Amino acid sequence: MKILNCPLNGPRNISEFTYGGEFHSMPDPDSSTAREWAEHVFFHDNNAGVVIEWWCHTPSSYWFLAERNTITDELLRTFPASEAAGGMVQGDDQ
Amino acid sequence: MPFGLLKYGLKKRYPGKHQFTPATELKKHYDVVIIGAGGHGTGIAYYLAKYHGITNVAILEKSYLGSGNTARNTAVIRSNYLTEEGVTFYRESVKMFQSLSNEFDYNIMMENRGQLTLAHSDAAIRSFRWRAEVNQHLGVRSELVDRQTIRELVPSLQMSEDVRYPILAGLWHADGATARHDAVAWGYARGACSRGVELHQLTEVEDIEVTEGRVTAVRTNRGRVSCGIVVQAVAGASSIVARMAGIKLPIHSYPLQAMVTQPYKPLLNPHVSSPQVHAYIHQTSRGEFVIGGGSDPYPLYNTRATLDQRESLASAVQELFPFLSQARLMRQWAGTTDMTPDYSPIMGLSPVQNYYLDAGWGTWGFKATPICGKTMAELVATGSPPDIIKPFELERFYRFEQINEAGATAASH
Repeated sequence: MKILNCPLNGPRNISEFTYGGEFHSMPDPDSSTAREWAEHVFFHDNNAGVVIEWWCHTPSSYWFLAERNTITDELLRTFPASEAAGGMVQGDDQ
Repeated sequence: MPFGLLKYGLKKRYPGKHQFTPATELKKHYDVVIIGAGGHGTGIAYYLAKYHGITNVAILEKSYLGSGNTARNTAVIRSNYLTEEGVTFYRESVKMFQSLSNEFDYNIMMENRGQLTLAHSDAAIRSFRWRAEVNQHLGVRSELVDRQTIRELVPSLQMSEDVRYPILAGLWHADGATARHDAVAWGYARGACSRGVELHQLTEVEDIEVTEGRVTAVRTNRGRVSCGIVVQAVAGASSIVARMAGIKLPIHSYPLQAMVTQPYKPLLNPHVSSPQVHAYIHQTSRGEFVIGGGSDPYPLYNTRATLDQRESLASAVQELFPFLSQARLMRQWAGTTDMTPDYSPIMGLSPVQNYYLDAGWGTWGFKATPICGKTMAELVATGSPPDIIKPFELERFYRFEQINEAGATAASH
């Protein structure tokens, strides 16, 4: 079993977590077109390499961000979403 | 004939006949370049040459023929989907599979053994009834069957009501089948190459040139090739190759793991699947049980096997077939499934002119091989997608017109 280090609950089995999709910012609902919304909802970078994505610790419903290598299956870093809000995250595609 | 065989058997040397000759020199230009030599890529080339007389075609493959998901899928053929678009499309594929061996003069070992999907809840029965009605309306053999019929179809199945998920009913799909997946790619490649198509193995596309919105060339590890039309047929790497042409796709790539047991005497005739326990199983003509399930819980470009998934699959199939608790596993492997939001493929035009998509094949690619090859070849030849694949174009996501087949997968994901 793989171990994922939850920023709130510490190291836990990965079966306790749910993958939540790629991290990228939402387009402005007031000014964006239907096409932009479709792209935001359905389309993905689906990168091979180091990516930043949402994960949730299912029992505690705690959402956070993880840096993961999608080729080697290594979890490199986990951190609370508040760090991303501070502009510390690279790889934001918007 | 028997004497000829005997004579051949007693020979000291076996002069094997080459199936086909792979091309050696990569030309500077082709009318059509197909990226990926799996069943789909070779199928498109085959029908281009056979029906449309287009033979200045190169199939570029970074590894060897049929080395990707063509070799990794669990070889299931069926058409019991839920939407009209899906059922119509896969129905034509199942029909084409029936005559492939004759057409190739090469045995793809097609076995029409049917598929039984199990319902363990009232909700599943409701959805099976829906699928059966849609299927019958469109000429596909599907019917809701009761426990007694299930006992007769699969005597070895655990029918006790004293288990976690007792079996309540089933969806019996008499058109369900299996075939030797490698042979499909080999048959298409041989047929294409004998008509003048060039297969270039160990030739990796590293970049795609687009000029004024139109594809003009591909750059490979063996040099630049200019081309009129490019088709990508690279299940498991769809997003990566499309990005070279500047196209973003609605795909997440997940591994899907499968495994196979030691061989047993023949005892399981149909293919059996259970969306509830996330597993499906059939016995090959060699006697091995092939066991597959849902995709991994998170995306990954890696075909490693995990203990977690082995435990999950093993516990699921033991609930259905308790005797398998004694079985030894011989192999476990994974393929990369390009999952789309609506569990339907992406075929047709792309935002780049003359660049065509054969992508998003998730867990449903092998069964679509013949019809996809035929219709994509027609698209290449005419520039316009045939009606049967028109609903599957990439543009559907911008119109919010998904073709939802999430409920019709063999094991939910």
